[in-house]
Amino acid sequence: MKRIILGTSVLAALAACDSSFGADWRQFRGNAANSVAVGESLPTELSGETIAWKTPLPGRGLSGPIIVGDKVFVSSSSGYGQDRLHVVCVNADSGEQVWQRQFDATGRTMTHDKMCNATPTMASDGERVYAFFSSNDLICLDMQGKLQWFRGLGSEFPNASNSLGMSSSPVVIGSTVVVQVESDAEAFACGVDTVSGETKWQIERPRAANWTSPSVLPATNDQPALALLQSSKGLTAVDPETGKIVWNFEKGASTIPSATVSDGAIVIPSNGLTAIRPSGEKFEELWNSAGLSPATPSPVVIDGMAYVMNNAGVLSAGNTSTGERVWQLRLKGSFSSTPIAAGGYIYAFNESGTAFVVKPEADKGVVISELDLAETILCSPGASNGGLYVRSDQHLIKLANPK
Amino acid sequence: MLADCVYRRVLLSAILVFTFTSERSRADDVADSIKLLQSIEPGGKGTGVARKAVDSLASSGAMLSVLKGFKGSSPLAVNWLRNAFEEIVTAEKAASKPLPVEELKGFIADRSESPIARRLAYETLRDQDAAIEAELIPDMLLDPSPEFRRDAVAKLINEASAAEAAAATPIYQKAMSGAVHEDQVKQIAEALRKNGETVNIQKHFGFLSQWMVIGPFDNKEEKGFAVAYTPETTAAEGKPLDPAVEYDGQLGKVKWQAVVTEDDYGVLDIAKQIENYKGSLMYASTSWKSDRDQNVEVRLGTPNAWKLWVNGKLVFEREEYHRSSAMDQYKVPVSLKAGENILLLKVCQNEQTQDWAQKYQFQLRVCDSTGSAVLPVSTTAKNDVSSGENR
Repeated sequence: MKRIILGTSVLAALAACDSSFGADWRQFRGNAANSVAVGESLPTELSGETIAWKTPLPGRGLSGPIIVGDKVFVSSSSGYGQDRLHVVCVNADSGEQVWQRQFDATGRTMTHDKMCNATPTMASDGERVYAFFSSNDLICLDMQGKLQWFRGLGSEFPNASNSLGMSSSPVVIGSTVVVQVESDAEAFACGVDTVSGETKWQIERPRAANWTSPSVLPATNDQPALALLQSSKGLTAVDPETGKIVWNFEKGASTIPSATVSDGAIVIPSNGLTAIRPSGEKFEELWNSAGLSPATPSPVVIDGMAYVMNNAGVLSAGNTSTGERVWQLRLKGSFSSTPIAAGGYIYAFNESGTAFVVKPEADKGVVISELDLAETILCSPGASNGGLYVRSDQHLIKLANPK
Repeated sequence: MLADCVYRRVLLSAILVFTFTSERSRADDVADSIKLLQSIEPGGKGTGVARKAVDSLASSGAMLSVLKGFKGSSPLAVNWLRNAFEEIVTAEKAASKPLPVEELKGFIADRSESPIARRLAYETLRDQDAAIEAELIPDMLLDPSPEFRRDAVAKLINEASAAEAAAATPIYQKAMSGAVHEDQVKQIAEALRKNGETVNIQKHFGFLSQWMVIGPFDNKEEKGFAVAYTPETTAAEGKPLDPAVEYDGQLGKVKWQAVVTEDDYGVLDIAKQIENYKGSLMYASTSWKSDRDQNVEVRLGTPNAWKLWVNGKLVFEREEYHRSSAMDQYKVPVSLKAGENILLLKVCQNEQTQDWAQKYQFQLRVCDSTGSAVLPVSTTAKNDVSSGENR
């Protein structure tokens, strides 16, 4: 009986913990790095009324917001050389700034004009936040803004930079922050201890420019969670604790959009789109579709469909059982931002700041509403507790149904 | 009565000793915490201790001490100290304590202190009182902080833009004297030239325009980057270049030739001025005469892979092709000796065929950490093209 009560308590605690975690949006493309906001109900009729608040930000940024509890975190960079790094914490309900911390870049800050130093999205484990920048400065702060550790990977490895800018966002798996630092001149990935900031492991990576971000393959009964590292060579599954390579998909992959995991399968931007299903130290190739070719935004996979955006702003939907393209929908403008899926809708933001709500149907996609925010938006949005968060070069914006 | 008086004196002395000791102990704690943050090393070691030091400083109110700690500290330590300073400001504000305005102003005025710390002090005051900008910035034109200079230059540009042409010229000239950023220099130079003034942007930034160049050498499949051709081995041995000697190049015998760039921003365009030999590399050498031993920054912009030697010593190398090019793309700290210093640059072109991958060029300047030109001695002397000397 006692064991049953204990078991029930543990389950309840886990459920509570999971529920709280589920409401957060803790890293690039969400907790599972798949751009799906599970259980979220976001506004579908966008209008000025659905702009809950708009908070000015210091400096520029392509990094998306992350949300932990009632706090929204976002990074920015400012200054003539983009060498001032900002981490901003904003109250999710009011939009008021809770705190801001600044740092000085220790690595190279040069980027293409479209990018800036604050391009990678932050990550969090719920206790700390991790801000990563194009200068390869990796900064850990507690939830009150107190510095926990600072790794100047740009100064530790001065050749691991890209004159166009670096954009790979970190992911947190267990007690490890996984980062990819890959350029033509030097390339590596490493796992950094979330508490101490020390390097747990570091592995060499293909020496080539790479803007993709690590993805997460969730744990199964017989396999702990794995970090998925993409490059022009393919996709490598790595044990986040040790850096040990578990398997390698070697058919090449894109260096901009990142792989997405859904229901145990991985959709890789490789020769169009390629789906594989890993099992232990192996994987099985499911399908390849040249007709589903993502440009900058990463694929979104939900309810048996994969959605990709091309350079012309065409959203394509493909069947995840066969890879067959089912429908296409032309949206307006160009897209850098990866859309997110929530409550049966797709939310996409184009570069000139127009938000689209798309209802995917069996044979077509329908634009339900649009809202022109009239500011450059290049980041991927976040969603939590009924709020859709996006940042422009000037503002952090929350969209939500009016209270 | 006497006993009471003695008792009071003893008590007063005890309080004074205690207060003094306590103050000294607190000062020691602050100094120890700052020293600890200053000693933090790359790699994430010792961050637990650093966190405790920040905690200790956060409640100390020791803003000035922390700011003074920036001077001479590593970039990593500066970030810890910055966080400690911000924690102190947060704590003081929460306790409704006023900022030590005069002390902070005094610190900002002290140009021997860290430019980053002085700017931090300034921005802290500015957040509280925007009027400080008008009070302090006009005197910052030649400040060691590039950020202060930028603000002072921007103020003068605004002033000049609103003035008549004749009155604007001296204001623009004054602005130019402090300008260290490309966008501001461009804007000022354009205005001055429009007013009929001569502007030497090359000299303003310290670009090196006189070079001796040799090549092409083989870089097919980008393999030449790792090959030490004779000009490079000769330089590593500390031997001077000999314009008369011929070497085996990629397409036959090659020898050093003088090449000059007239470009405002010192771009020596190999593709246009010599030839865009695909899959090749060139060496460019020049001499820079220093009046003393000094530390400078060599700032380089190139879309090509490169290696740089100063006085025969390899100071940095970078194997990246066609990922953009810009002024000050790379900043390499370099120690120069008194007298002649020989710079040797290896510039590599690959075989990419895209339109955007045809640039074969570099621009190189010598400056201080603010970006102000550091000129070689005898800058007014004639340019000796034949020897590739920047005098």
